[in-house]
Amino acid sequence: MTEWPLYEVFVRGKRGLNHVHVGSLHASDDQMAIRNARDVYTRRNEGVSIWVVRSDAITASSPDEKDPLFAPSGDKVYRHPTFYEIPDNVPHM
Amino acid sequence: MPGKTVPEEAAPGKTVPEEAVPGKTVPGKTVPEETTVPEETQAAAPGDLQEHFEATIARGARIEPRDWMPDAYRATLVRQIAQHAHSEIIGMQPEGNWITRAPSLRRKAILLAKVQDEAGHGLYLYSACETLGASREELTSLLLAGRQKYSSIFNYPALSYADVGTIGWLVDGAAICNQVPLCRTSYGPYGRAMIRICKEESFHQRQGYELLMTMMRGTGEQRAMVQESVNRFWWPSLMMFGPPDADSPNSARSMAWGIKRNGNDELRQRFVDMTVPQAEALGVTLPDPGLRWNAERESYDFGEPDWSEFTAVLRGEGPCNAQRLAHRRRAHADGAWVREAALAFAGKTALATAGADHD
Ligand SMILES: [Fe+2]
Ligand SMILES: [Fe+2]
Repeated sequence: MTEWPLYEVFVRGKRGLNHVHVGSLHASDDQMAIRNARDVYTRRNEGVSIWVVRSDAITASSPDEKDPLFAPSGDKVYRHPTFYEIPDNVPHM
Repeated sequence: MPGKTVPEEAAPGKTVPEEAVPGKTVPGKTVPEETTVPEETQAAAPGDLQEHFEATIARGARIEPRDWMPDAYRATLVRQIAQHAHSEIIGMQPEGNWITRAPSLRRKAILLAKVQDEAGHGLYLYSACETLGASREELTSLLLAGRQKYSSIFNYPALSYADVGTIGWLVDGAAICNQVPLCRTSYGPYGRAMIRICKEESFHQRQGYELLMTMMRGTGEQRAMVQESVNRFWWPSLMMFGPPDADSPNSARSMAWGIKRNGNDELRQRFVDMTVPQAEALGVTLPDPGLRWNAERESYDFGEPDWSEFTAVLRGEGPCNAQRLAHRRRAHADGAWVREAALAFAGKTALATAGADHD
């Protein structure tokens, strides 16, 4: 007997916020995933919108911090505002 | 890792450690048995991975699903989270018995919501456990086979309606004491599940206490029912914190890994100190002649639970062990046709959609 596929659930807490990953659940299809997500993750008005996506449809980077994937941004301090020295007497900057 | 990888936290059944086949757990990897893998059996980890793991723990950061982790850390987590999930699911039974007999529509609605929350807690925790590479099906079958445990408290019966109140007050109260520190546990998905759970537990405890307060304002017979119920649940509630630290061999390692944040005895004491004034306010006596305020320690002294009873219940000799598992097995078997039919329907719809796309 095969298991129902695994879905990842994302909930928008209220208008103006991003959808945030809240967990996973099993469902036989997309519609059931939405309904199950409502019952499991929004029993107390925790959301105004739900996204579900099959876990096997997600591609991810490696979480390892030493991963070279993020290395290119490591040495680009000039991308940050604090890199630039502006005299104190210059206002509004 | 063959095929798809998965986002850090999302994910799971598939996220398994590198060498694992997606969807399948590696034998010996999840080892959700009673005992954890002894440290020696762990294959020598590549030094920098082990160091990286330890440094992450040492600076109080969280370990996330696809991080490298020692086998024994993973096995301990799977065992603990699975046991926790099973407790939420089995824990629905004692109170579930009273849903149809709740004395008013209001009480029935409250009890339904409470029991439904417990189902939700089980699902949050299974979801966290799956990020470690254990599959839901596997966890369920280990529970049904009696190879993974659940909290001993649920092997006691709910004999009177007052028990619904006492369970909310004492059992959920003890669970809260255990769970609040777990919100800071070192494994990210477990901590996040605990945060959700703790937010909901306070309703559980308060509805139970309010129910008991209502009965205490009632007839002498109702007050006696409450006292009788508290007498039965007090000691088993204290046992929920587990054996004394001295007899809890894995505790120290779990603390070192940041899985546990407090010792069993410390949490038990905290629970007693919180509960005694609540009992006084309610007007019930806690059934422990040794219970008294210790001004020096600024804590209550209390008697020793009967640990032989605790181990007997763990061995399966509690009043309801057989009944709880039989009920769970029956429910799972009765649901088989639904699970199969839903999959068949999903397959048919997918085919129809694919066909429509071709036309
Ligand atoms: Fe719960
Ligand atoms: Fe609860």
